[in-house]
Amino acid sequence: MMREIRNSAGKSVARSVAVIVDPRQAVFLVLILLLATIFFLNPGFAEPSQFIRFVQRVAPIAILTMGQFFVLVSGEFDLSVGALIAVQVVVAGNLIGQDESKSIPVLILMFFIGLVVGLVNGLVSSLLRVPSFVVTLGMMLVLLGGVYFVTGGSASGNPADGFRSIGRGGIEGFPIFGLMPWAVIVLIVCTLLASYVSTRPFGKTLIAIGDNPETQFYSGARVWWTKTQAFMISSTSATVAGILLVGYAGVHPSVGRGYEFIAITAAVLGGVVLGGGRGWVLGALAGAFTLEALFTVLNFADVPSTWRDSVQGIIIIAAVAYSAVSRNGIRRKGTNSASPEIGEGASASGRSAQNTSPSHD
Amino acid sequence: MSSTSLVYIALFVVVVIGAILVGAEGRNFFSTGNLRDVFTGMSVLGLVGIGQTLVILSRSLDLSVPYVMSLSSLIAAQTMSSGGASIAVGVVLALLFSAAVGLVNGLVVTKLRVHGFIATLGVGLIIKGYLDTTYKGSAGSVPKEFQFIGSAAIGAVPVSTIGMLALAAAVYFLLTKTRTGHHIYAVGGSAEVSRLSGLRTSSPVIISHVLCSLSAGLAGILLASRLGVGSPTVGTQGGYDLLSIAAVVVGGTLLSGGHGSIWGTIGGVAIFAVLDSVMSAIQFNPFLKDVVRGLVIVVAVAIYSRRSSETKRVRFPEKGK
Repeated sequence: MMREIRNSAGKSVARSVAVIVDPRQAVFLVLILLLATIFFLNPGFAEPSQFIRFVQRVAPIAILTMGQFFVLVSGEFDLSVGALIAVQVVVAGNLIGQDESKSIPVLILMFFIGLVVGLVNGLVSSLLRVPSFVVTLGMMLVLLGGVYFVTGGSASGNPADGFRSIGRGGIEGFPIFGLMPWAVIVLIVCTLLASYVSTRPFGKTLIAIGDNPETQFYSGARVWWTKTQAFMISSTSATVAGILLVGYAGVHPSVGRGYEFIAITAAVLGGVVLGGGRGWVLGALAGAFTLEALFTVLNFADVPSTWRDSVQGIIIIAAVAYSAVSRNGIRRKGTNSASPEIGEGASASGRSAQNTSPSHD
Repeated sequence: MSSTSLVYIALFVVVVIGAILVGAEGRNFFSTGNLRDVFTGMSVLGLVGIGQTLVILSRSLDLSVPYVMSLSSLIAAQTMSSGGASIAVGVVLALLFSAAVGLVNGLVVTKLRVHGFIATLGVGLIIKGYLDTTYKGSAGSVPKEFQFIGSAAIGAVPVSTIGMLALAAAVYFLLTKTRTGHHIYAVGGSAEVSRLSGLRTSSPVIISHVLCSLSAGLAGILLASRLGVGSPTVGTQGGYDLLSIAAVVVGGTLLSGGHGSIWGTIGGVAIFAVLDSVMSAIQFNPFLKDVVRGLVIVVAVAIYSRRSSETKRVRFPEKGK
């Protein structure tokens, strides 16, 4: 038993090393470097109890990014997640109130709202053929307008402490970490679910649809339904992120503002190609951690908070450019040794790269 | 029927409904004052929308426009605060910096092969960091004679709107009568086919990015002239990044590039301006305005995509067209 575990651990270590060296998964290397920098600047950060706090803080964004992954990889966008978080936070704040017994029914309601939003996003974009960028932008305006209308734009309501503890509390007296935050447990469950789903036929079909929806349509995939499910996963992830954020951000309609861009940025940092067809859900997860680690480094290094955006801008451009250029290099080599393909030269699309370079899975 | 005429039919419907609603409140939609409000509302979004149209036609995207607008308003206001000849210097400097941002956007998209979404979001963030660090609030001041440009009007039509329409006409000429314009459509339609046809696929994208940032810069200068100062948040407050993209798609331009027209965008901008003015006139809840906008965007594009899936662009139009 023990040996088996060690053996599989050895394999996963070997695989991890292979992933780190792969230029297309540079995010893992960047993450390790950033974490090392944090440990160097602030050795206390490496203590398990401190580190788990960091993971807890990243959890909402990480979950949101994994949800966004499914939409991005199918070649779509979901800009409505930030607004949906605001809706969920306000719903929780106003409907639960101080009555803890309402927590479960309201939770069910929140997941229902999330699923409906995803369903609408998916159906309008796939059946009415409205680009998802436009659908989810419209959805974002509708949700935000609605939530500001209901709250009047100010903080309102305060859910019971029992509900808030999902975001801020944890299991006391946990070995090694001391306090095991619920948020981290939720994150682990979500990660396992997400990576399981992405290895299922659904996940494979989704990536294939992102690569070429037409061939998938002719291969018999229900493109519209698969994409709609992706939108529902994304809005469910926003719901979970909202539940966690109620815990420490409080109830205000501005919670979640800009999260759609952060999630997309994190996913792209993690190697997901906009336009679909390429990406790995664990890469997206690593992207979210990288982004947060970057902010932490800037924080410890006493960089004025106003410069953070600039650094973030430079990093995301550099990361995407690096992976785009190195992908191009790999493809060039591939084309030279194999049959020279006409028209595979200077195209900027990741799609042609997909044909000749081996996929990581 | 082209999608542009559909846009103007939609605009007509919106104006009729709006006029009735405003009329029910006992006010006249077609009064000089109200029309001037609508036209004023069109000028800034129109300028940004013109640039955004070019970028979207070439199958890219520009999310950096709000930051370019703020930057340009600050550069203009600070340079021209001494009045006189410095006004011209301020305008030129603001436009130069805007064009430089556009050039960076274009180069990052074409040479570094970064998706337009990430490239312009990143460049926008870089500018935002600079603005937030350097400016704590509004800065500079605009001399009276330049403020006049922002407020002057001929009858019901502000000078700034006339300028915006003149720019639209110039871009229309660029898109339909020049080689560069055709190349923008071609590259937006299919970069691969364009390349195989012997086009340099980067230059149309770079040119459209430079022109987009230039028009955003113009919008920033116009806002500086209206406010009398430069402001680091003037672009982001208006949400011009997503709003301009919304105006472009409501104007019938495809987000996937290669198909659309500048007059469609102007129609889309007019629809937003009329909606805004009508909702203010009937004292509609300001927060619910966003809900209406969101619905209009989705419904409009749903209608266009219903038709455009059946009709194709005329490949060889008759002569004289």
